Amino acid sequence: MPIAFHDETFRDDYTYRNSDEAVRRFPFPFSQDEYMYSVNIELHAGGKPGSVYEHAFDIDEHYISECRDRAITLERDPGRCESLPHMIDAEWDVLELIMTSLARDYPDHFRLRQDGSHWHWTNLPLGIEQSFVFGDAATLPYPPFEYITRQTQGDFVILDQRDGDLWADSGMITQQADWSLSFDVGMSFKEWHGPVPRAHEIGVFDRALKYLLMLQLGKPVRRLNWTMTVNPRLDTAPETYPEWGQDRASVTPDNVSKKVHLRVELQTLFRLPRSNGVLFSIRGYLASVGDLARYPRWGKRLHRVLRDLPQDLAEYKGLVRYKPMVVEWLSRMDDGAPIEVGTHPE
Amino acid sequence: MNAEISMILSRVIELAPGIREFWLVPEHGGELPAYSGGSHIVLSLPLPGGVRRTPYSLVGDPNDRSKWRIAVRRQEQSRGGSAWLHESAREGQAIKVSMPANLFPMSRLGRHHILIAGGIGVTPIVSHARELARLGHSFEVHYAHRAPEFGVLLDELRKLAGRDVYCYVASRGETIDFRKTLSGRPLGTHAYLCGPQGMVEDFHKTARDMGWPDTHVHSERFLAPPPGETFNVKLARSGREVAVAGDQSMLEALEAAGAEPPFLCRGGACGQCETSVVACDSTLQHNDLFLSQAERNSGRKIMPCVSRIAGGCITIDL
Repeated sequence: MPIAFHDETFRDDYTYRNSDEAVRRFPFPFSQDEYMYSVNIELHAGGKPGSVYEHAFDIDEHYISECRDRAITLERDPGRCESLPHMIDAEWDVLELIMTSLARDYPDHFRLRQDGSHWHWTNLPLGIEQSFVFGDAATLPYPPFEYITRQTQGDFVILDQRDGDLWADSGMITQQADWSLSFDVGMSFKEWHGPVPRAHEIGVFDRALKYLLMLQLGKPVRRLNWTMTVNPRLDTAPETYPEWGQDRASVTPDNVSKKVHLRVELQTLFRLPRSNGVLFSIRGYLASVGDLARYPRWGKRLHRVLRDLPQDLAEYKGLVRYKPMVVEWLSRMDDGAPIEVGTHPE
Repeated sequence: MNAEISMILSRVIELAPGIREFWLVPEHGGELPAYSGGSHIVLSLPLPGGVRRTPYSLVGDPNDRSKWRIAVRRQEQSRGGSAWLHESAREGQAIKVSMPANLFPMSRLGRHHILIAGGIGVTPIVSHARELARLGHSFEVHYAHRAPEFGVLLDELRKLAGRDVYCYVASRGETIDFRKTLSGRPLGTHAYLCGPQGMVEDFHKTARDMGWPDTHVHSERFLAPPPGETFNVKLARSGREVAVAGDQSMLEALEAAGAEPPFLCRGGACGQCETSVVACDSTLQHNDLFLSQAERNSGRKIMPCVSRIAGGCITIDL
């Protein structure tokens, strides 16, 4: 069934809204009442029809508006997309992976015709028709990685594998949770994870790196990560902090359920064939606390997780300032009764 | 767990006495995935005693999506795999093949690349040469082999590297001198070797003695699982017990019994099959290249693809 795309904004007047269906399929990340870091990785081999896990790259009702917001951010700061010169094979790998996946999974919206190296790409929602020669960057209006990720929801990093490590050598980052591509580009796995509290001590990154170095072609993996954001804003980069940092002070007990959003990242990792690199896709989902609390299971669970969240994690995620108001608002619906393990809404 | 592709042996070519090239095409048509230089695939060979899975480097053009090429030397002490490919394999035969994996990748930041092949170790070197030529990088090839007729794939190397191919033919009394090959190289040079174990060790030692950083010295070697005593392996989670024959690896015995432990290289290098040891009533015999000395000493980890125990029974966390 074709997706009904919204016309909405992620800045200024913030007209972003989730349909009932979008709330129901929201990738709620908390299966238990306590939250702690773990290597929570599983195979990304499809999921229930309609779920965000069904396809390799999830396209939803926000697609057109999200691509538009990315274009605005790139217009203001082209440095949000970077790719080091040795990554050109990996760029083509990503273009091929995304085009073939979208054309296969969303035939109503995307089409790809391949005749040897002569390809023709059709993106109906964005009204794009593009003939090009695979492997010849001069035949595309942007470099291959930028070209295709301007047309895909979510942020992307390409990791080069060498010296027994993974290096963040390319990125399209316009919707990050307060980290900077310009700062991180070229860093190793442990370098760019440096600021994360606690996880180093419990050996999470040693194990995750070992696992990812062995990631196999055709067997992508996924995990969820989360934080919170005030207003449905995609561009929460350090570079634009003056524009959104103050929003944290705008939360009041009256607007908390509408203003504060749970921001969940569906992170997927794909081994790339020609370059032996790894594509790291960070597909973000935003839902207001009020929308999530329409499902009592989710409202109660979110209450317990936030209430008991260790202070250093709350600080790292940047939610110290308004967390008490969220906890207070959610506490009204929490009767304290046990909730069975799992992330399902009902 | 380990997805396999159904393929057909479409061509068998005699390259030299005891060395054959095989072409594999997808049984049901369609395009194969592209792969990177240095990648290998694992063939599931239908031996009379059961399936034997063996890794081989891909030698063809990674952008040729219609077929995969491998070259196999008949090993004198073959455990069955290379002997089967030389004696029983026929064009038209179906074989299951794993997706490509790469444990011997090129460093894309290298300013110059020295590729060194010893004997049949030329196979991943050819695919590296192909990539470096396509990317227009600076590289050279050194190829040591027993006698002129064993210089297989040399024509392809010459097409890719032109005059920068140097041969060392043992029957003519020529040997490669790593000290010479590795000296006076500009910063940013990477050296890669695939060859027999002694050659690999000599290469690494010489490079280290000459002050090369380990990150710029690469080698690939696959270990065949060494034989040993018979023993039993007990699966802690199901309580099942499986007997491992003397010429069988623990991984092979588990697979023959219907278990599906994870694996990738089957040669002790990649770490995919790392398994926790719950108990062992004899001695662990570690044959892998993956575990650190500390991990070996702890007695709590084993790589079932190549490692075993000296008789008795081992209980593993599977």
